[in-house]
Amino acid sequence: MGNTNSLIGMSVFLLIVIAALLAPIFATHDPVQQNILFRLQGPSAEHWMGTDAVGRDIYSRILYGARISLIIGLVSVGLAMIVGTAMGVLAGYYGGKIDQLVTQITDVLLAFPSLILGLMIVAILGPTMPNLIIAIALTTVPQFARVARAPTLSLRERDFIQAGRALGYSDLRIMYRHVLPNIFPEVLVMGSLWLATAIRVEASLAFIGLGVRPPTPTWGGMIRDGFKNILDSPWLAIFPSLAILILVFALNMLGDGLRDTVDPRLKGEK
Amino acid sequence: MSDDAILKVTQLRKTFDSRSGFLGRKAKVHALDGISFEVKAGEAYGLVGESGCGKSTAGRALLRLIEPDSGEVEFKGQSVTSASKRHLRELRRHIQIIFQDPYASLNPKQLVGDLLAEPLKVHKIVTDAEIPERVASLLTSVGLPAEAATKYPHEFSGGQRQRIGIARALALESEFIVADEAVSALDVSIQAQILLLLQKLQAERNLSFLFITHDLGVLRYFCQRGSVMYLGRLVESGPTRDMLDRPLHPYTRMLREASPSPDPKTARATVKVAGEVPSPLDPPQGCHFHPRCPKAMPHCREVYPEMREVEPGRHVACHLHDPSVMGEQVEGV
Repeated sequence: MGNTNSLIGMSVFLLIVIAALLAPIFATHDPVQQNILFRLQGPSAEHWMGTDAVGRDIYSRILYGARISLIIGLVSVGLAMIVGTAMGVLAGYYGGKIDQLVTQITDVLLAFPSLILGLMIVAILGPTMPNLIIAIALTTVPQFARVARAPTLSLRERDFIQAGRALGYSDLRIMYRHVLPNIFPEVLVMGSLWLATAIRVEASLAFIGLGVRPPTPTWGGMIRDGFKNILDSPWLAIFPSLAILILVFALNMLGDGLRDTVDPRLKGEK
Repeated sequence: MSDDAILKVTQLRKTFDSRSGFLGRKAKVHALDGISFEVKAGEAYGLVGESGCGKSTAGRALLRLIEPDSGEVEFKGQSVTSASKRHLRELRRHIQIIFQDPYASLNPKQLVGDLLAEPLKVHKIVTDAEIPERVASLLTSVGLPAEAATKYPHEFSGGQRQRIGIARALALESEFIVADEAVSALDVSIQAQILLLLQKLQAERNLSFLFITHDLGVLRYFCQRGSVMYLGRLVESGPTRDMLDRPLHPYTRMLREASPSPDPKTARATVKVAGEVPSPLDPPQGCHFHPRCPKAMPHCREVYPEMREVEPGRHVACHLHDPSVMGEQVEGV
């Protein structure tokens, strides 16, 4: 069951990645080209998902918007994964003061819901792509620190880690070569699940006006624009919402499936 | 004492903090309460005792996998306990450890070949080009095919995994090996094979062993000399055959009576094993063993007996063998 789920999730995710990469080929129109004569048109053969309030093609904008969502999601989660995992492994392996410090930082960051923390940081730094990436990464770092720390704590006592110490390996080598490969599956599962959250947070920030600046198309921003015409032209908001839904759902399926494969104890539990 | 000692342990101590529950009373567990012994070059020295007596802590403390609180470990005249981090790494080349659980002692994500190549690379034992050849020879020396290098640990049985663990301990051409219950987790038939292998390697490479076990049969078979441990202290030391044939300490005697004999005609258990090991959190006053000892005297409840040499090469910590306590009555217990 887990495998089918993760396979479906993986396929959908890859399709979206390909669509975003090849957006210039798949797009039917220029995503920022305004055409006031064709504004607020419903789905048609010319405009598959209709046009927005200034006549831009929604289908093409969704394709280009996927790029923003994926770049911000992947880079921020990638960063958080590297930093968070390093923090968690160091804390778990050394214990003591380092562990206390990491745990306290983690607890403070976890006390804020990711949207609120992201909102604060973007509001302070300004809504540019690098700032959004930093903000979302910061909200995700403690998740990885936690996921990496717990198994490191138990691995540290395992005989093969002790054997490494007895063989005169450096701490860095033990952490990198012996701890990391053994916790990596769990970190990866966390990565796919938090990628979904990161994409959702980016869209939410864009929806409240803290996304990448217009005219660059973002899904959250499109929903925000479409909201003004929600009663007479609902497709403006519906299509980008569906895009977010499908991507987030696919990533969750992928993550859940992976988790079942990695941790057989959770199999069947819902 | 003797000049041919390769490893000398003096008054090694280690206590662990223990707290029973939230807000519980803080207590100290004396895992090692001042143990001393020395291992001669080429010798297999046994450390025997019930579970929880601290024998594994002793093995790990002398490699400093667990930092001892005090005491001295000397390897070939060099202090292990006061070595700097860098010096310690160098010293560890010479002292290796084989673990009890062959399933926990090998990194599940590492190919057997990489697992054996890693120490060679880290310590630059051979050039990179010679590594595959060296790995193959390590594997054959422990009775595994060279092709084992391309497999993962989970593809092997417990006995085979223990052989891989032994090969890893040999990779650095160490002279001293701590075998921490190295055969306890294996089937009896496999135990014999591993013991034979260790003996063969000991002869070929002139290895010395600290052999930690709870099995008196294994102790008698493998070790020339040894010590019996009880609640963090050594209670009797000497040549294993003498100790097992004519135990001096009542505890050694109890252990011997409790272990099965291969000869069905041997009379069973004249001394019953009485009671359980007391909690190391709260060891009894006086001799730790007195609550279980059939020969306990009032004096035993008050004073811990010091280790004394009672026969050449045989030491025991028991008032029954102390003439100043017993007067004329000192006897073979």
